[in-house]
Amino acid sequence: MIVAERKPLAEISKMLEPFRKICILGCGTCVTVCLAGGDKEAAEAAAALSLLRQNEGKDVEISTHTLLRQCEYEYIDDYAEQLAQYDVILSLACGVGVQTMATRLPDKIILPGLNTKFMGYPQEQGIWKENCLGCGNCVLDLTIGICPITRCAKSMLNGPCGGSQDGKCEVNKDIDCAWHLIHERLSKLGMLDRMEAIQPPKDWSTSHHGGPRTIIREDVRLENRE
Amino acid sequence: MKIESRLEKILSSGHFAVTGELGPPKSADLETLKHHAEEMRNHVDAYNITDNQTAIVRTSSIGVAAHLIQMGLEPNVQMTVRDRNRICLQSDLLGAVSFGVRNFLCLQGDHGKFGNEPASKNVYDLDSMQLIQAVKNMRDEGVFIGGEKLEHPLPKIFIGAVANPFADPFEYRPLRLAKKIAAGAQFIQTQCIFDLDRFEKWMEKVRELGLHKKVYIMGGVTPIKSVGAARYMQKNVSGMIVPEELITRIKGAEDKKKEGIKIAVETIQRLKEIEGVAGVHVMAIAWEEIVPEIVERAGLYPRPTVN
Ligand code: SF4
Repeated sequence: MIVAERKPLAEISKMLEPFRKICILGCGTCVTVCLAGGDKEAAEAAAALSLLRQNEGKDVEISTHTLLRQCEYEYIDDYAEQLAQYDVILSLACGVGVQTMATRLPDKIILPGLNTKFMGYPQEQGIWKENCLGCGNCVLDLTIGICPITRCAKSMLNGPCGGSQDGKCEVNKDIDCAWHLIHERLSKLGMLDRMEAIQPPKDWSTSHHGGPRTIIREDVRLENRE
Repeated sequence: MKIESRLEKILSSGHFAVTGELGPPKSADLETLKHHAEEMRNHVDAYNITDNQTAIVRTSSIGVAAHLIQMGLEPNVQMTVRDRNRICLQSDLLGAVSFGVRNFLCLQGDHGKFGNEPASKNVYDLDSMQLIQAVKNMRDEGVFIGGEKLEHPLPKIFIGAVANPFADPFEYRPLRLAKKIAAGAQFIQTQCIFDLDRFEKWMEKVRELGLHKKVYIMGGVTPIKSVGAARYMQKNVSGMIVPEELITRIKGAEDKKKEGIKIAVETIQRLKEIEGVAGVHVMAIAWEEIVPEIVERAGLYPRPTVN
């Protein structure tokens, strides 16, 4: 899922400075699950901002709503009328949601309430880890399930750098060295020979380095079905 | 005039090689660096020039190499994959070869987070293995990574890589060396050796795999100036092992610097005895003036002449 964190209140407050009628809009999917931008977080942000404005002696009107997914037109469309009344919408969706909203509601001002961090998973309650960069050309077959592009700080494809010690990454002792994990995993599976072949330079053109990406599936496009 | 790597000639003719190291300054004033280069002129066969070491902005390795060549000295240009993509790495290599650089050391490089531009983008388009292979393919096949041909063949260049016997997983390290050799590495410089027992264990495995016959291995040696310096390396430099006994030994010595030199000399003497070690790489950054004494006391002076 997409993992995000709420922006600091001070930053949000500054962003919303010029506006009076504010909607804080939660998103019901990824950011709800990662406890950054769901119903509950929208209510918390609204309460905190209200208090702040009260202390500043400023009169504002803050409401909250939550869409199931801000990244899909059909959910946005269901709410478009309701949202029309606000001066600004502080979206607690990821960057995808914020932009889909801005595209679908071109007359509205949509501002981001979160910092979108990464694609990852909850390792345990309260800890999320990044594990996919969306490079567009998956190499998980090579390592049987541990991504060196994402989880090695240097995106190395041919084994660990000289900074790997005691299973930890040189960049930060709190991060496991991805290649240490890969070595451990392959050796347990009796597949260490996978680390022998020299992996050629990666084709980054399938990643964001090739520019913003689009997928077109002619087979499922509606206009082709009619 | 045909320029060839003197380092390669020294190693291939069976001499025990000595390389030194120069760290470019955080300015364009190279007077001090040139002074250090002069100090070691007769004591080292070639000079490594670090490439923005520990991710700190400094004069470029290739820029410094041009000065060394003018001084009649031989550079070993370090190239990390941290700051340059494949376009830039290949192009810089051509530029350096054009003015006479023949030794290249291909490295991964410390992560940008350690340096003075921690907000920078880390490139890592290639990894060090792929860089080694790319340089070899440019030289031997006359092709760039993308498959296009060079317009003219490259002269003979000598391809180096690094190995760290002190990093983990330990049992993988000799295999990683094998991989670097397969990629095209001809000479290897190791991480600074303070834990000789571990180094010897690594060398044992290297010999078992027959790797010492396929590549010239140069042991990394760094003289320790003080207890503080030793502690710093022990605690803060990733992939390094500084045994506690060594620190105790320096602590107990009356003249810490003298003891540091003595340890470096002893290390070199022990390295000379290890089958498969072809030379030493002396890294005395911020203590360059001591290199001649170490080389002399280790019995490696005068340096051989080759042509
Ligand atoms: S220590 Fe491991 S994870 Fe960290 S950069 Fe090196 S190889 Fe990658």
